[in-house]
Amino acid sequence: MVTEKDVEHIAELADIGINTDELGTFTHQFNAILDYFDVLDQVKGDTTITRDLTNIMREDIVEPSLPQNEVLKNAAAQEDGFIKAPRVM
Amino acid sequence: MHELSFEPDDRYNAFLAVCKKAPYGKGKLSGIAIAVKDNISTRGIETTCASKILKGYIPPYDAHAVELLRQSGAAIVGKTNMDEFGMGTTTENSAFGPTLNPCDTNRVPGGSSGGSAAAVAGNMVRMALGTDTGGSIRCPAAFCGIVGLKPTYGRVSRYGLIAYANSLEQIGPMGQNVSEVSTLLQVIAGKDRHDSTTYDRPYNHNPVADIKGLKIGIPTEYFGEGVDPKVAGVVKTAISRLEELGASTVPCSIPSMKYALAAYYVTCTCEASSNLARFDGVRYGPAADSKKSWHDAYKEVRKAGFGTEVRRRIMLGTFALSSGYYGKYYAKAQVARENVKADFARLFSEVDLIAGPTMPTIAFRLKEKSDPLSMYLSDILTVPANLAGIPAISVPCGKADGMPVGLQIMGRPFEDERVIDAAYAYEQAVN
Amino acid sequence: MADDQVIVGLEVHCQLDTKSKLFCGCSTDYRSDGPNTHVCPVCLGLPGAMPVLNKRSIEYAMKVAKALNCTVLHESEFSRKNYFYPDLDKAYQITQYDKPLAEGGYLEIESDEGGERRIQLTRIHVEEDPGRLVHMGNAERGKYSLVDYNRAGIPLIEIVSEPDMRSPKEARKFLNKLRATLEYLSVFDSEKEGSLRVDANISIKGNERVEVKNITSYKGVEKALTYEVTRQKNLIRRGQRIERETRHFIESTGITQSSRSKEQEHDYRYFPEPDLRPLHVQSWVEGIVLPELPDARRERFVLQYGCSLNHARTLTGELKLANFFEHVVVADPKGLSSLAATWIADTLIGELNYRSMNLDRVDAAGFTELIRILKQGTITDKSGIEVLRVMLDQRIKNEMAETPTAIVSRLNLAKTSGDTSIITAAINEAITENPKALEDYFAGKGGALNFLVGQVMKKTRGKADPGELNRMLIEALKKKET
Repeated sequence: MVTEKDVEHIAELADIGINTDELGTFTHQFNAILDYFDVLDQVKGDTTITRDLTNIMREDIVEPSLPQNEVLKNAAAQEDGFIKAPRVM
Repeated sequence: MHELSFEPDDRYNAFLAVCKKAPYGKGKLSGIAIAVKDNISTRGIETTCASKILKGYIPPYDAHAVELLRQSGAAIVGKTNMDEFGMGTTTENSAFGPTLNPCDTNRVPGGSSGGSAAAVAGNMVRMALGTDTGGSIRCPAAFCGIVGLKPTYGRVSRYGLIAYANSLEQIGPMGQNVSEVSTLLQVIAGKDRHDSTTYDRPYNHNPVADIKGLKIGIPTEYFGEGVDPKVAGVVKTAISRLEELGASTVPCSIPSMKYALAAYYVTCTCEASSNLARFDGVRYGPAADSKKSWHDAYKEVRKAGFGTEVRRRIMLGTFALSSGYYGKYYAKAQVARENVKADFARLFSEVDLIAGPTMPTIAFRLKEKSDPLSMYLSDILTVPANLAGIPAISVPCGKADGMPVGLQIMGRPFEDERVIDAAYAYEQAVN
Repeated sequence: MADDQVIVGLEVHCQLDTKSKLFCGCSTDYRSDGPNTHVCPVCLGLPGAMPVLNKRSIEYAMKVAKALNCTVLHESEFSRKNYFYPDLDKAYQITQYDKPLAEGGYLEIESDEGGERRIQLTRIHVEEDPGRLVHMGNAERGKYSLVDYNRAGIPLIEIVSEPDMRSPKEARKFLNKLRATLEYLSVFDSEKEGSLRVDANISIKGNERVEVKNITSYKGVEKALTYEVTRQKNLIRRGQRIERETRHFIESTGITQSSRSKEQEHDYRYFPEPDLRPLHVQSWVEGIVLPELPDARRERFVLQYGCSLNHARTLTGELKLANFFEHVVVADPKGLSSLAATWIADTLIGELNYRSMNLDRVDAAGFTELIRILKQGTITDKSGIEVLRVMLDQRIKNEMAETPTAIVSRLNLAKTSGDTSIITAAINEAITENPKALEDYFAGKGGALNFLVGQVMKKTRGKADPGELNRMLIEALKKKET
């Protein structure tokens, strides 16, 4: 059973915003879904996970990088080849 | 280099981007118009996953599957609409409006590859690429009356597929008939050195309409309570046809179906919560407000850019992975998956194929399903194949209440060939 | 353990010296190139890009594990560590969590009391480096950050120690030993800027643990820990509680500061990386051939070259230094080792540090020649230092490099033994110019002789053999007495 406060905390943890008017509905739906997930409590054992594809690796060979302009092309803001981001406190 | 002119009458809102003059070369698919779902990266063509948070994003690279399409001479004519980031069963979760079902424009085309399905069903293209995480190729194929295949996990490269749930999803072919779906699979299947989860299993098969002597399992869970009796009836008729073609059927059971859907939704929301955290408006997408502090800007970008369903799933996944809950949810879900795999392995030691309906109902009306949980429940018949990583196809097998019904056929891992053959045999017999 | 025992544990991150990045083919040689020029869809974290593991990074990490006596796990896998930061372009770091590459192991260091101490290790794992953030702007124009993703995806090895160190000095020794070991294994280049980062955990027995994050220099670690010991002991003395917290070290001022609360209580929501497959590499361990490691080399230097333990320790403390020594003495180990060891350990290192000069720039052949000249007794030690300085300065200024022989000749530094007339003249001058010293000497004041020796040394510009000079001066003084 999660409360609205819990849902707000989860939104903080996920750094994702929810509006106050969404909070009630979200919490209600959340609980219904989590109740449904409870069926997993009945799952028994820790079946060893099958590991058929292992040691997938590549050789240490240099390959061409993207040209700088391609890297910067989709960025909203850049300065002297660096990508601009909001300040970290 | 040649160019294909492509200006479709897209009354269904199937396309998000159209290439009016699509270049093409030589090869197996030379000059053939192919639509690509908008969560698959296409160099130089806007790729949005039907989300505002990727509006304007132009990938500097092609997905491996797209590169293979280009190498085979295909003309990539456009990017198709979908549920935002693949999260949905109706394509109503697109940030750019829903796609309509060509069979009945008051109904949804299914999801999340609704745009690709509508493009094919609406005769704008003969073939399209979709992606299937929990049924997202098969559902729209069933709802729109076309053919769609989810290949064995690891058979087609995911490099360039904008990830929703890495351990569950595959790019797959959709088309107007089994033969074309098979041809498309020939082009895109095979090991890719850029995707560590691919197997060296190319697909070089041409469909053979022969299922004599094959044993087909019919799981009781696929004809249970939640399945519309009319849909069940149509599918049962189709299965009798398979028997007439020389296959034998045997009832069977998949006990782990009980928690398959929960295992699926825990897994995909957890993986998605991690995959979608990179959309911060810094390297691509609509700009983060650099006058704000990092965390505030980041939160704001995500609130503005993600739709409700996406935010819901991110939060569910964040919760399920959070401290103290990992064992209860994600870890348990992986064990549940192993049980599903084991159930299928056990069945496949006695049968060669498994058949049943693709979806429990026909296509819903637009806006019919507003409750998230009831929407999730409609995936119940498709998610097992994703959990187990096995190949699964939906082929049209008739109508209920005037709307298409899909017959789903599943097979052993890497026996996509046999699944295709069974679908082909059915299709040839009824057409 | 004493009641106020200092307890230190370290988490050391070193960049592995592979040609390409951990999960993509971008070149790792980014330091002299512009920002965002060594980046591809994978290390930029573009949507849809997928990691593929660099085999050499695992080979390197396994070499380290074997050298440090760790146990490589049967199955090892990568996990996602999820947090949001502009330099982390996927919003998760691919690292190893509950199934690291190796566990256990130890590193032996010289303890503060002399003798050897074994520092236990907890684990070793491989992970990717994030990009690099530069903070810009000011309060008026607005602050913002600039990001360069060249460093994103560089392979790191993380070595975690048990809280076994008992002082900041031991921590420095541990780091130096670790660094040397990694150099000997050829998996790490300590000269690359930012190639090593340390998080240190420190507590005073019975009190909370403090973490000091992201120390980027070897000296910085000892400084930061020394500061912390003082800070914590002061708090305890005042009866105050030590807060369990994360702090960061400010190199310029040598103090640690509490990090903002955002750093605390991170829930990283680890789960196995679904785009990578598990590693079953335990069977590779047997086939790994380790080169001679620092301890073995140190013992060999003592046995083979007759080096003192201290000299051997110093010389083998850095791979380049050890190689340099052996290169210098190779033509005549018996004859040159003793002098070479002394001159490299006690003089050359100091002169290089003073000039912030790299050993690479020293011509081994030239240095060997200098050692020979010294062995022959052609010049005094003092002159030897002068010659060495000239050689080094010429290198630094990129001037024509003279041979030691040429320098000795040009500066007329050859000892004057055999030609004692110069010394005699200098002695006579010194005595004449310093009557007071003469008086003091006869009055029995010990300092007077040294003073006069110094005066003669000055006049002979250090060329006089000290033993010879002393003998001659005393004789001359004796004559004056009478």
